[in-house]
Amino acid sequence: MAKTYPSFSSPTIDQVGAEERAARFTKRSIKKAAKVQALKLALNMVDLTTLEGADTPGKVQQLCQKALHPHLGYPGLPTTAAVCVYPTMVRVAKNLVKGSGVKVAAVATAFPSGQAPQDVKIRDTKYAVSEGADEVDMVISRGKFLSGEYEYVYDEIAAIKEACGKARLKVILETGELGTLDNIRKASDIAILAGADFIKTSTGKISPAATMPVTLVMLEAIRDYYFKTGTMIGMKPAGGIRTAKQAVHYLVMVRETLGQDWLTNQWFRFGASSLANNLILQLIKQRDGVYGSMDYISKD
Amino acid sequence: MAKRKTTIKTLAKKATQNGRSNGNGTPVRLAVQKTYKLYIGGAFPRTESGRYYKLKNNSNTLIANMCLGSRKDFRNSVVAARKAQGKWASRTAYNRSQILYRIAEMLEERRDQFIATLSDLGYTAKQAAREVDATVDRAVHYAGWADKYQQIYSAVNPVASAHFNFSVLEPMGVVAIFAPENHGLLGLASAIFPAICGGNAVVILASEKEATAAINFAEVLHTSDLPGGVVNILTGKRAELRDHFATHKDVNAFVYYGSNKADKKAIQTQAADNLKRPIFIDESDLFKNYHESPYRILATTETKTTWHPIASDMTGGGGAY
Repeated sequence: MAKTYPSFSSPTIDQVGAEERAARFTKRSIKKAAKVQALKLALNMVDLTTLEGADTPGKVQQLCQKALHPHLGYPGLPTTAAVCVYPTMVRVAKNLVKGSGVKVAAVATAFPSGQAPQDVKIRDTKYAVSEGADEVDMVISRGKFLSGEYEYVYDEIAAIKEACGKARLKVILETGELGTLDNIRKASDIAILAGADFIKTSTGKISPAATMPVTLVMLEAIRDYYFKTGTMIGMKPAGGIRTAKQAVHYLVMVRETLGQDWLTNQWFRFGASSLANNLILQLIKQRDGVYGSMDYISKD
Repeated sequence: MAKRKTTIKTLAKKATQNGRSNGNGTPVRLAVQKTYKLYIGGAFPRTESGRYYKLKNNSNTLIANMCLGSRKDFRNSVVAARKAQGKWASRTAYNRSQILYRIAEMLEERRDQFIATLSDLGYTAKQAAREVDATVDRAVHYAGWADKYQQIYSAVNPVASAHFNFSVLEPMGVVAIFAPENHGLLGLASAIFPAICGGNAVVILASEKEATAAINFAEVLHTSDLPGGVVNILTGKRAELRDHFATHKDVNAFVYYGSNKADKKAIQTQAADNLKRPIFIDESDLFKNYHESPYRILATTETKTTWHPIASDMTGGGGAY
């Protein structure tokens, strides 16, 4: 039995305030041992992603290898949190990462546009789960959301959640298409109330993708829900996070908004493809004391 | 065209007149001083470190506060250079030639400005003119070589097997340079031209005591259709940056103008870590011919040799498979 749309009201967002607050997280000085720890943590939170029309089993195999062994020249590095692929590639990925603790996430529900009938989306989700996906990344129907059909969006998320079974559900809001921070807050609340385990900023297919103010607004939605119910919700900024420095800024923001408990890959992820290599590059710099080169790091 | 006569002396004179009227009631114009910044990735940022050094000429007049570039400025420059290099190398040789020639055009037009800049630094008018003219000529020289040096140094090699074997030149990639300490303009340009002519991207530390000429030259590069990041110019101190230039693993060659033995030894040792090519060039008399030579281009290129199989039966009438 699907849940019914609850009555709630989202607070309005002070855009200038959110931007200034987000900018302040970038001013922390994190050096030496703390930096190394942050970089390793961030690497452990990466959802290594390939979502191209040109994906092949071979490419996914490479990606999984990268997830399990980010850099052979640096023993003791953590694995990434997950690999993120299309449903048709789930089985390939699942077989490769079996027993490693690395999860397989599948984007479902007519990713990236979400423009498909609901029953197609549910079948897409069930297919991904039956192939062995541990996590499902769904997209909301932005068109419906923007035309005010919030109940439709809510019901859809609830239906997908049901189709997920044991798989954890990440709900992609595609914040770049929602327009305002008020909308982003409202969409976050709807997703959380409808049963999302994670809320995620973007598909990575359009620009702007994840930004710090947007992520802050979503983190605050998670925090408010936690204060009200005691239930933790995860957060995944995706797209546009390419440098280790940015990643550390995000970690600071999570730490100072939600607290220490969220600083694990159980509750926080980075959706990215090139971030992992940049993190490795900076880790090597910290270890060897000289600036490194991508020539010495495997491309994923 | 109006002759530009502004020198530091005249600026200083104007500055002392600030706030005074010139006698007939109209206030004296306040001179606007230029802020000299770095040139990284096609933009002119200040140094990340916020530091500066005072650039004085021989008669101890303050010419400008120059950015005291840091290792992070260098790091950012290497990132910018790496990003720009591939596209620069894939431009046609003809196009690289056009852009080098364009640099000559832009410099020629600013001849008076550069003579004034060099005069401020202590050159006589004659010396300054000679230096600017030689720099323009050098740009034209390397513009000419851009689509020719390949023919000189490439070869089809005779081999005793069924292969078509040929060697061609490829750019090394990112070239870091310590520009000559003397001849702030000609020395800098002589170091940059052959490297970019061969398809490399450059990060260059300008002469410390003639740095204004280098940053003014960056404006010439900036308006010559040279893509941002192909040349990055830093100002600062050699002693501070040497180790970072020599150890950075994303730098493929380090061109060092000068004769300091300790520097050379350290560079050779540190460069070995990633097999960076250390290139030492005597900076004496930059007007000499050997600074204008295709061997300078060759210095920052790699030779790629290809073995292409052809018909294995040498008597069978040929034909590749």
